[in-house]
Amino acid sequence: MSKSNFTRRGVIKTGAVGGAALALPQYLRADGHAGFTNAPGDSEVVLGFNVPQTGPYADEGADELRAYELAVEHLNGGGDGGMLNTFSSKVLDGTGILGREVKYVTGDTQTKSDAARASARSMIEKDGAIMITGGSSSGVAVAVQALCQEAGVIFMAGLTHSNDTTGKDRKANGFRHFFNSYMTGAALAPVLAAQYGTDRKAYHLTADYNWGYTTEEAIVSSTEAMGWETVNTVKTPLTQTDFSSYIAPVLNSGADVLVLNHYGGNMVNSLTNAVQFGLREAQANGKNFEIVVPLYSRLMARGAGENVKGIFGSTNWHWSLQDEGSQAFVRSFGTKYGFPPSQAAHTTYVQTLLYADAVTRAGSFAPCAVAEALEGYEFDGLGNGKTLYRADDHQCFKDVLVVKGKENPTSEFDLLEIVEVTPVDQVMYAPDHPQMGGADASLGECNNGA
Amino acid sequence: MTDQTNPSVTTATPTARPRAASGGMLGLTKKDSTLMLIVFALVMLAPFILNPFPEGSAMAQFNAGYPDLMQRFVIFGIFAIGFNILFGLTGYLSFGHAAFLGVGSYAAIWSMKLVTLNVIPGIVMAIVIAGAFTLVVGFISLRRSGIYFSILTLAFAQMSYALAYSVLTPITGGETGLQIKNTDSPLFGGPTDGSIGRANLFGAEMGNSYELAVGSWLFTFNLGYYIAGVALLVAFYLSIRIFRSPFGIMLRAVKSNQQRMNYTGLTPKRYTLSAFVISGMYAGLAGGLMVAMDTQVGPERMFWTASGEVVIMTILGGAGTLMGPILGAGFIKYMENIVSKINKDILHEWFAFLPDGAEDVMVSIVYPFIGKGWHLTLGILFMLVVIFLPGGLVEGGQRIANKFRRNKTDG
Repeated sequence: MSKSNFTRRGVIKTGAVGGAALALPQYLRADGHAGFTNAPGDSEVVLGFNVPQTGPYADEGADELRAYELAVEHLNGGGDGGMLNTFSSKVLDGTGILGREVKYVTGDTQTKSDAARASARSMIEKDGAIMITGGSSSGVAVAVQALCQEAGVIFMAGLTHSNDTTGKDRKANGFRHFFNSYMTGAALAPVLAAQYGTDRKAYHLTADYNWGYTTEEAIVSSTEAMGWETVNTVKTPLTQTDFSSYIAPVLNSGADVLVLNHYGGNMVNSLTNAVQFGLREAQANGKNFEIVVPLYSRLMARGAGENVKGIFGSTNWHWSLQDEGSQAFVRSFGTKYGFPPSQAAHTTYVQTLLYADAVTRAGSFAPCAVAEALEGYEFDGLGNGKTLYRADDHQCFKDVLVVKGKENPTSEFDLLEIVEVTPVDQVMYAPDHPQMGGADASLGECNNGA
Repeated sequence: MTDQTNPSVTTATPTARPRAASGGMLGLTKKDSTLMLIVFALVMLAPFILNPFPEGSAMAQFNAGYPDLMQRFVIFGIFAIGFNILFGLTGYLSFGHAAFLGVGSYAAIWSMKLVTLNVIPGIVMAIVIAGAFTLVVGFISLRRSGIYFSILTLAFAQMSYALAYSVLTPITGGETGLQIKNTDSPLFGGPTDGSIGRANLFGAEMGNSYELAVGSWLFTFNLGYYIAGVALLVAFYLSIRIFRSPFGIMLRAVKSNQQRMNYTGLTPKRYTLSAFVISGMYAGLAGGLMVAMDTQVGPERMFWTASGEVVIMTILGGAGTLMGPILGAGFIKYMENIVSKINKDILHEWFAFLPDGAEDVMVSIVYPFIGKGWHLTLGILFMLVVIFLPGGLVEGGQRIANKFRRNKTDG
């Protein structure tokens, strides 16, 4: 047991090998000299697609990944070019980004900030990713955005609707194309007032987490501005699957509108419960009882089935839009995958293109140069009409779609119809708006990293 | 396994025992010193060991020697070592350990936000607060044993999670969690130029790395990793000492027969509570280190699946063994971070040498087990280990070692 294995021969051998290893020429990687993290080589550039592949938002994540793959294909000159042909900027020519072929790595965020950051860090530290994009929850987006700020890479947010992403938690290296709770409120309230009148009493059920809070706040303040009254706001646990106990008190509360600040599975369950309780046929205060769902997605509409018919909500983009950009995107996505893309797919596809375009216009991959190219950038032809990437908070400003559940859907994808396209001026707000973190919120300095 | 017994293993423990009294290096027996040295070497040389494949090669996919994952290996190693002190020795199965890790994390980030960005006070705070919290939870939960204890701890953990997720949003930041911001102004030594402060050790930032390129290999030596590594060594050393101490023997006595212990006039609760608090402090240390390495906390860290993960780590590696938890933690984190990142394109590259049809068939066979299917692979491996190696990976290692020894004597 006590016999030592150190023989003289062994020690000399080890020493020789070790010495040889140390004597080999040492050099730092070329990117050590380029002045920013993960500077790409001359032949290829790596992007990191960090999406939920497991967990409650896995469906959205899968659709995002499809869109990313499509975007990479188009950037590298494959396929039919999609929205590259309709994009107002024409610098992208299908030869990758700045002549480098686009490669990508993928990771699973599991819709947990820890897992998302671990995955993003491995992309940055191991795979040399120059930009991280994705996510389908605001918690994850905020966490990964902060990480990218610290590491000195660009973060292009995916599906994240909470005000905080570009509000109180905004970062100089982070950019969001998706709309937010405030815009939902501002777009939805006038339509609701026109449909249901201005003397309504609203009852809110709100998912008990960050996104729920900002959405509730936005809807309450914008509907109250229209003359509505808020009877009650009730928080529901995120893990709740049966909302009966929360729905039951609604009818006797004196309210005549129920607002469901729920997303994903929560919304599917709460809406189904509400319809089962007969709220849609009910009368209150001499009016028809109504239900509103602020943030809609196709995947949710599919989950809730029949129950979404006639219910109002908002969405970032819908495949039935008739502009050139949307049509081009739907065509190439449909050709490749056989069904139309979701809003999550759209926003991630657009974000990838916008990043590639900004790098090309800046002539550099350096995050600060890219950020400068994106700030205050106006573009068109990417499906939302004229859009501005505001410099103050890195939030995209564009028209917002108010939709409602279609009465007579023709297919499992044709579930929503567009009621109104709210012009961008109506959803504009000041960068230091109180809902956006007030005067304290700042982007900080852009970070190029190493 | 057959009728042939193995003298070297069976005699090892009895012969080692008397030597402990005489005291070897750092009060460890010869065998434990060897174990300690192995762990020391593994931790110090991890950047080499984990990066066996050259950069840019197809196998580079399997390299794990980048700072984030190396840090995770040691941090979850510490977490699992601590859990093993409770579960491996006393047999009390806590299903709420992630809560202590989370509490430690929140304590550490507040220390960095308010007091100083130096990691030492943060880590100390994490250990102290997690220890205090464990004391409260343990005092209540340890009134029961067996499944009731497990359920109580699980309930506490889920309560903590729910509190952190929504009710305590002003303290915990809710779903979005807490980060260091440019508006934070710690009492000592915050950044003055409005930039975001970074965790450091007397000015040296955790993210600092030295990269050594040898041929086409690239090895990264990260400061944060080595700090966590030293913490792991200390934690491991303490765990050996606890395992070998009279206190450790008391804990084993709790596991084997608590009633008999009662009848001999000993109070088991005193020992179990101490073990519970010690393992809670280990969890706090892990939580504090997590914040030191990556200055962010989110409530998912306290979710019950995170508590379940440490149970799996310990059982997979070998509950009640010294090395087991570290191996189990490394194994699971490797699966989570490496296997989950293999996507369809990479598979197509691997099987590109096959004719087209066969390539697609191979890809569709392997695909469900990688990428988002990593849970499936992990589940299968866990089943295999539990069925065929009830003693965990450590037992597997021992069996292999025995095989070699036997072959030596045979040949």
